[in-house]
Amino acid sequence: MINADLNRRDFLQKATTATVAVATGVVLYQTGGTANAATRADATKRWGLLIDTNGCDAGCDACVGACKDENGWEGSGNPTTDPSWIRKVNLKDKRTGATKSLPVMCQHCENPPCVDVCPTTASFKRPDGIVLVDRHACIGCRYCIMACPYGARSFVHEPTKNQKPHMPRGMGTVESCTLCTHRIDEGRLPACVEACSTKGNAVMTFGDLNDKNSDISTQLAKHVTQRLRDDLGLEPGVLYGGL
Amino acid sequence: MLHRFAFIGLMVAVLFGTLSSSYAQESSVPVPHPAKALKGEQCVEPAADMRRFHMQYLEHQRDDTMRLGIRGNKYSLRGCVECHATPDEKADGALTVRGFCKECHSYAAVTIDCFSCHTGKAEKQP
Repeated sequence: MINADLNRRDFLQKATTATVAVATGVVLYQTGGTANAATRADATKRWGLLIDTNGCDAGCDACVGACKDENGWEGSGNPTTDPSWIRKVNLKDKRTGATKSLPVMCQHCENPPCVDVCPTTASFKRPDGIVLVDRHACIGCRYCIMACPYGARSFVHEPTKNQKPHMPRGMGTVESCTLCTHRIDEGRLPACVEACSTKGNAVMTFGDLNDKNSDISTQLAKHVTQRLRDDLGLEPGVLYGGL
Repeated sequence: MLHRFAFIGLMVAVLFGTLSSSYAQESSVPVPHPAKALKGEQCVEPAADMRRFHMQYLEHQRDDTMRLGIRGNKYSLRGCVECHATPDEKADGALTVRGFCKECHSYAAVTIDCFSCHTGKAEKQP
């Protein structure tokens, strides 16, 4: 018995040596390469958006058009199933007849309910406060659509085509405003903000809410602003003035 | 006993080596021939490395970019598309990476779904 054991051990040792000799130079497994990072979502920042509704014109939808062009989504004429990353909402005070118009998109909450309910962690918040859907992990359950009190997310019902290189979109997943992360990471403004300042009434301000000296922070210190459904305690990153 | 075991072990090892080299030379086996890249002489890693590890490289950078906003990595799906796009009949002759990827993936019976969401079209079209 002892001899048989010794023999087996000997055999294994010899066989291993032979295999290693054959397999020299063949790598069996390797993990991904090191990242040559050019940019990174900065946890010290909190990106925010201020929209002055006093200047927002009901007839203007420059922000919506810019978002469609930038991110490659469009409606097919069916409002119940069409994607909607940003939409114009028109309000009317029934008592006085006064009207307001404002764009509503993902509010990039500090405490996002869409992230809480996601069963696959596809819905997540970047270190800099931007709330996104990781469509590699999204199974299209649409819990997040139900959880969002702003109706900011939409489900892709139709097959997608002509996607932009920076913005993959696929049927069967949920999508919403990304605050144009691909532009922010390059130091540019979101497409809606840029379009509002050039084609619209320049009522949108984008910036870092954590930076006291940023344009958005100085404006927030001057004017009274409001968050949509502030009672829910979600701490959105999008603020509205003049509501 | 010991000698017999050692001999069998060696034979198995030698057989593996000869089998793999004779397979490569067999002309009746439809070995894939992916097209050469349009631009550049050298991929981001040696070709043998890319063949074996491209999926790990891409998945790693995918999570980095998506979750942490790390852009400008050495590996990127855009990089694949820009260098390896070839004229695609299904896209009316536009340059896409579909043919290049499909060459090996259909041979290995691998189904990928990168391009059900990402565009496989190169940014610069002829």
